Amino acid sequence: MSKLQPDAGRSRLALNGISCVYGAFTAVDGLNLEIVPGEFVSLLGPSGCGKTTTLRMIAGFIRPTAGTITMDGEVISAPGAALPPERRQMSMIFQSYAIWPNMTVAENVAFGLKLRHLGREAIRAKVTEMLETVKLGALADRYPAELSGGQQQRVALARAMVIQPRVLLLDEPLSNLDANLREEMRFEIRRLHDAFHFTTVYVTHDQGEAMVTSDRIAVMNAGRIEQVDPPYLLYTRPRTRFVAGFIGRTNFMNGACGAQHVTFDRFALPRAMFADGGAGLHGDVTFSVRPQSIALHRAPAAAMRFGCLVAGRLLERAFLGETWDYVVAPEDSLLRLKVAALPFQVFEVGETVWLEFDPEQMAPIARDVSV
Amino acid sequence: MSVAGSGHAPGIARRRVQPATWAWLAVFAALVFLVAAPVARLLVSSIQDTETGAFTWHNYAIAYGPARNYAALGTSLLYAAEVTVVSAIFAVPIAWGVARTDMPAKSLIRALILGAFITPPYLGAIGWILLAGPNAGWLNQAWMALTGAPHGLVDIYSFGGLVLVTALYAFPYIFVFTADALERVSSEMEEAARILGSGTLRTILRVTLPLVTPAILGGAIVVFLDTVALFGTPAIIALPARIKVMTLVLWEFFEFPVRAEAAAAYAVPLILITVALFAAQRAILGRRGYVALTGKGGSRAELRLGAWRWAMFGYGLLVVGLAVILPFAALAQAAFSHAWGRGFSWDNLTLGNFRYLLFTDPAARLTIIHSFVYSAATAFIAVALALAIAYIVSRRLTRRTGILTALCMAPLVIPGIVLAIGFYAAWAPPPLALYGTAALLVLGYTARFLPIAYTSCMASLRSLNPEMEEAVRILGGSQLRAIGSVVVPLLKTSLVGTWLLVFIPATRELSTAIFLVGAKTRVISVMMLDLSENGSFETLAALGFFLLGVTVVIVLAGYKLLGRDFMLRRS
Ligand SMILES: Nc1ncnc2c1ncn2[C@@H]1O[C@H](COP(=O)(O)OP(=O)(O)OP(=O)(O)O)[C@@H](O)[C@H]1O
Ligand SMILES: [Mg+2]
Repeated sequence: MSKLQPDAGRSRLALNGISCVYGAFTAVDGLNLEIVPGEFVSLLGPSGCGKTTTLRMIAGFIRPTAGTITMDGEVISAPGAALPPERRQMSMIFQSYAIWPNMTVAENVAFGLKLRHLGREAIRAKVTEMLETVKLGALADRYPAELSGGQQQRVALARAMVIQPRVLLLDEPLSNLDANLREEMRFEIRRLHDAFHFTTVYVTHDQGEAMVTSDRIAVMNAGRIEQVDPPYLLYTRPRTRFVAGFIGRTNFMNGACGAQHVTFDRFALPRAMFADGGAGLHGDVTFSVRPQSIALHRAPAAAMRFGCLVAGRLLERAFLGETWDYVVAPEDSLLRLKVAALPFQVFEVGETVWLEFDPEQMAPIARDVSV
Repeated sequence: MSVAGSGHAPGIARRRVQPATWAWLAVFAALVFLVAAPVARLLVSSIQDTETGAFTWHNYAIAYGPARNYAALGTSLLYAAEVTVVSAIFAVPIAWGVARTDMPAKSLIRALILGAFITPPYLGAIGWILLAGPNAGWLNQAWMALTGAPHGLVDIYSFGGLVLVTALYAFPYIFVFTADALERVSSEMEEAARILGSGTLRTILRVTLPLVTPAILGGAIVVFLDTVALFGTPAIIALPARIKVMTLVLWEFFEFPVRAEAAAAYAVPLILITVALFAAQRAILGRRGYVALTGKGGSRAELRLGAWRWAMFGYGLLVVGLAVILPFAALAQAAFSHAWGRGFSWDNLTLGNFRYLLFTDPAARLTIIHSFVYSAATAFIAVALALAIAYIVSRRLTRRTGILTALCMAPLVIPGIVLAIGFYAAWAPPPLALYGTAALLVLGYTARFLPIAYTSCMASLRSLNPEMEEAVRILGGSQLRAIGSVVVPLLKTSLVGTWLLVFIPATRELSTAIFLVGAKTRVISVMMLDLSENGSFETLAALGFFLLGVTVVIVLAGYKLLGRDFMLRRS
């Protein structure tokens, strides 16, 4: 592994307000993102939100119509001019893999090294080592048509990483694989990143993939970045309605913040129990409340925080195997809350139940973004 | 953060002219030379006084003044119309039989129709002179021997003969279009009609046929256009029969004294007819025929014809017999005879005609070599140019790619004979003075076959994912490197195929050659025409067989080559 260990290879990448406009349509809209050396950042968002466009701007295949991209402080893309892709010392893994069918696995992997005019011996050594790393050592002389989808995927990874790129770009690299293989390759990609620490930008619309692989995830919507955070924070502290709804399932609850309480539809929760003691809550606030953060009880017990208990009626239920999915309406309220419970917590439809909220886990989100 | 002044990014200083722009300029210049300039020259010289260069309609007066020239226009249109109708009568029933019924020996009939397709029409016409020449032709001889009649039954040197012989080598176009469409019609469509109580014949006429009408019309227009612009068959059959068609009049303008400007004027309506019909064809086929909607998905059950299947087979056999079996039998007899009129006897049998062509006559050998060398050169140039243009267009390397496509495809709507005249007018005289050089011929061929090469290259590039090339670039290779390392190797197979698609018709191209050959650049097609004028049918037949033989060998070799590569790239 020693020969492949990058030394100076990790680059800092910054997107400074980049936009990409096609005619009247804005595909990417004033995007800002800074990626530190060795970091793994995912661009996550629904289809058509501009992920590929952003990635291709980083690669140099598309020029931004506004803004700049810098790598280690050097401007590499600007509206007037852009460094061509071949001079960026990056690598990219394409959705189609783009493995060259006219070359063997080893030739594919060696291609980038040949372009760098390395000696034959050096190339052989690096290719062999890289193929071992991605567990393809035995298949070096096969043609791509003779490989399975997962193996082709590994060839693409090896080909991209062997040149020790300053930045590694991946565009939905797993979307052509079947579900099992996809699961496996997520961990593989993370393992390889842990081994080499390339600065990596990973495009996907699969949140599971982004969660497993990334140091930070940038959630995109309609050409903009809504939030950039580590996966854990993104889930527990979504900052916009879109992010809260896109990552996992959630309930939205509108509240009015008073001095002592935050008042919801027909019930109130003590303000002091919210995160940071309720600091920063003003006026009308929407909260994202995960179904897992609400507990269900038959009757209030002494150990419970009474301020957070609300009576309600169970309206619907569905058993999903790993959890129960309940829909509960707090008493007299028009709210319909999704609540997840463990399989042994069985309640009947129509039953009166007690909802226990944990205000700490209720994330206030910006009201202005998409209603 | 301004790029120009930042000093941080030496690599991204704006280049004044991008390499892609240079490439665009280069192919644009080539297209102007090959297509735009000849057509422009043709149009301009048709309204220019030869002496003074002043504007004049005089050339049109010369061209269309004589009543017989004017009449030739009508004759050409009538000729093309009749050929189209006869071709449809040949093609449509066989296409239906092959595509939708249990007619026997379908693949034999198909193979023989392919044979008719690859036979140069003028060679077929020679075969028919041997068969149905007045009195001497084999069919007439047989008729006279059987009935004791003093005169033959049929005379190929007549309008009817001209139409028949032309249709026999044109009907495969309609056949291909129609059979393809019929294969797409799901039999569920027909079954639906049957269930509603429609009889078999009624179903065919009311459901099946209307469904493929756009395809039949599309093929018919191709036949019509081809016939209007046809030179070889009329030169061999109409000329002795004193029938004047437009292409023959155009040819007359090139007899001494050459009046290229009158020819230009005479050709202009021909372009207009072609453009109009081509637009019509586009409109008909472009309406996304009902057939296209059904796709190939539906099931197809063969219609059981019972005893009628033999009638169907008989009809197919009759047509391919007339197109391939009979004429080739006659040609074969001539090719191996001292004198074809002496009939079948051992002492008449000889290999002398082949020996003469290949060994005895150095001029003949040179002509054969010319044909293949020029055709190969044409194919190389056309494929290289078409690939470059298709690459620029399909990968959108520059703006303004529409003009490249338009120029590249223009020779499709310009009759070959007209393009050749334009080429002659533009480049035969000074400043380039290419008259009599091989370059004139090769470039003329290139212009003629550019649309074939372009269409084919475009199709193969479309099938190639651009990410293959982007992968090269992101790893540090230039665009040229991507073309060399990935595009060309991956398209090798289809490029060889494209090369063959140009090479094969180039070896037999007549209407371009006839205007552009010089004394030292004779090619096989022109030599065949000369031989037919001299009545040297034995040598001519031998030459025809040799040409076909070489073609078949090359095609088979090509398939073999492509086949191996296909194995390598199974996916
Ligand atoms: N060349 C183009 N011309 C016009 N619009 C384009 C072009 N390329 C992309 N777009 C539009 O820009 C938007 C963003 O496209 P992009 O490919 O970046 O989406 P994406 O986030 O990668 O989506 P997906 O997950 O489906 O791959 C889309 O709405 C698309 O229609
Ligand atoms: Mg995409």
